[in-house]
Amino acid sequence: MSYIKAEGLSKQYGSGDATVLAIHNMDFTVEAGEFVSIMGESGAGKSTLLSIVGAMNPPSSGKFVVDGIDVYRLGSEKRTDFRREFIGFVFQSFHLVPYLTVVENVMLPLTTVKMSKKKKRVLAEEALDQVGLAGKEDRLPSQISGGEKERVAIARAVVNDPPVILADEPTGNLDSSTTREIMGLLQRLNREGTTILMVTHSQDCAAYAERILQVSDGRLIGKDES
Amino acid sequence: MNLRDIAFKNLLRRKAKALFVLAGLAIGVSTVVALISFVDAMTENINHKLEKYGANILIVPKTENLSLTYGGLSLGGVSFEMQEIREQDLTKIKSIKNAANVAGLGPMVFGVVNVDDHKVLLAGIDFKANWILKPWWKIDGTIPGEKGVVLGSETAAVLGLNQGSPVTIKGRQLIVSGVLKPTGSQDDQLIFMPLETAQTVLNKEGLVSMAEVAALCKDCPIEAMVKQISDVVPGAKVMAIQQVVKSRMEALAQFKKFSYGVSIVVVLVGSLVVLVTMMGSVRERTEEIGIFRAIGFRKSHVFGIVLLEAGFISAAAGIIGYIAGFAVTKGAIHFFSESGGASIHPNLELIGGSFVLAVLVGLMASVYPAYLASRMDPNQALNAI
Repeated sequence: MSYIKAEGLSKQYGSGDATVLAIHNMDFTVEAGEFVSIMGESGAGKSTLLSIVGAMNPPSSGKFVVDGIDVYRLGSEKRTDFRREFIGFVFQSFHLVPYLTVVENVMLPLTTVKMSKKKKRVLAEEALDQVGLAGKEDRLPSQISGGEKERVAIARAVVNDPPVILADEPTGNLDSSTTREIMGLLQRLNREGTTILMVTHSQDCAAYAERILQVSDGRLIGKDES
Repeated sequence: MNLRDIAFKNLLRRKAKALFVLAGLAIGVSTVVALISFVDAMTENINHKLEKYGANILIVPKTENLSLTYGGLSLGGVSFEMQEIREQDLTKIKSIKNAANVAGLGPMVFGVVNVDDHKVLLAGIDFKANWILKPWWKIDGTIPGEKGVVLGSETAAVLGLNQGSPVTIKGRQLIVSGVLKPTGSQDDQLIFMPLETAQTVLNKEGLVSMAEVAALCKDCPIEAMVKQISDVVPGAKVMAIQQVVKSRMEALAQFKKFSYGVSIVVVLVGSLVVLVTMMGSVRERTEEIGIFRAIGFRKSHVFGIVLLEAGFISAAAGIIGYIAGFAVTKGAIHFFSESGGASIHPNLELIGGSFVLAVLVGLMASVYPAYLASRMDPNQALNAI
């Protein structure tokens, strides 16, 4: 049985004549430990798809199952818990909290977990070490570079060891050298067993994935480009 | 790292907004503290001053169709020739419910005596209690002992006696220990001696003609005390000097009402400041709240962060508000109380009350912004990941 399974996913916004079908009848599966890229032009429905996969945007119809859990049958708060336990987010614009230090940003997913402050700090430092940011724990986001911010975002995504990482254009704001470093980092995490779904415009980045889901006009048009 | 840390760090980051909320609440709290402290201090001061006017409850024998005035006040009926009050009945006043409010009890016995062919009214009094009941008394000389008397100023003039003069009353050789300075009251025409001595001289052992009570009624209704005294001294008629007491209470009650009204308005304005500022703060933090919700903060966690921030500011506002209110009251008292009679002291109840008030107002005004924050859709907040 597949680790992630989408059946007949559709998402429409608005009603009547103003209805927009962002996602139309999508079926796909992702195995545990897979690295999958989602590609498509702007407005193709990639971000909507990723938000549905991220348990933040209920589909208009269809079913979405992760590890045997029918995600959208969970109540709102249970879905929040699901996000915390199963998914690490790497946002396009980093989305770091500006008034928290690097290490505090990384500790955020552990905030509501019952664990000593010391233990949280140790886990966050380990995650930062993993992304090559040891020694920059106490800096503020405004005091580090774009590439470092992306690394902090990745460290925050992996600090509580979620089985799935969702990345939205993780290198969209980075230069080519930093892009290679970040993609290498994601690839390493994938090799260590983390399932990764990544939205990207870049063919070069998509090439790091094992499989590409091509989205166009809200439909999947290619499933096995690797 | 916990919710408290996040709330605290956010406040440090948004210092201007935090200070604005703090100022709004602190001004509200300090106004309430200042008004309450001022009212309390002035009440205490007024009470203290009114105490100087002496007795405000009179205990006289039950009589019919007799009237006499004493000290310019209508006493209802006092007849020196009729039944008296038993002195031991007066001791029961110490056991009434509001006994703690009795500042002074002055039993008096009266009788007419002849001194050098003059008929004079002799009054036996408790000189110790008299200092509380008639603090305006000034005696040229000393308080009399067992064989001494104090003369009213007119009595001394009529009888031609001075301090140290011998005087014979009902065959007893006594010494004038002092002369009362003019009071403008009937006291100027009396001869005073210690109660026990007078009772013996007048053959009224264990009896008193009337008694005066100085009651401190800041927190008690004077009518209730009158009733309580009537119950324990059944043979007597107990009267409050209504004019003094009622006007005092009414003035204070009106001042208090006004203060509470102003306090409510100021607190409402303070809570509006908190509400509006917190709403603005929440709107500014849409992205941040979206991140929190996306990475697994429950609605209750977001709600908690906003309330914790409000709680921190409110607690600080409570402390600052009390200190500011206290300082303002001190200044106001100095300004308004020319005689310097009023004073203000730290009041634990008010300290606790102002803290609780600030926290309650701050939290209540932040409930709606916190609710809005907690209801934010992470997907919309982040404009889709």
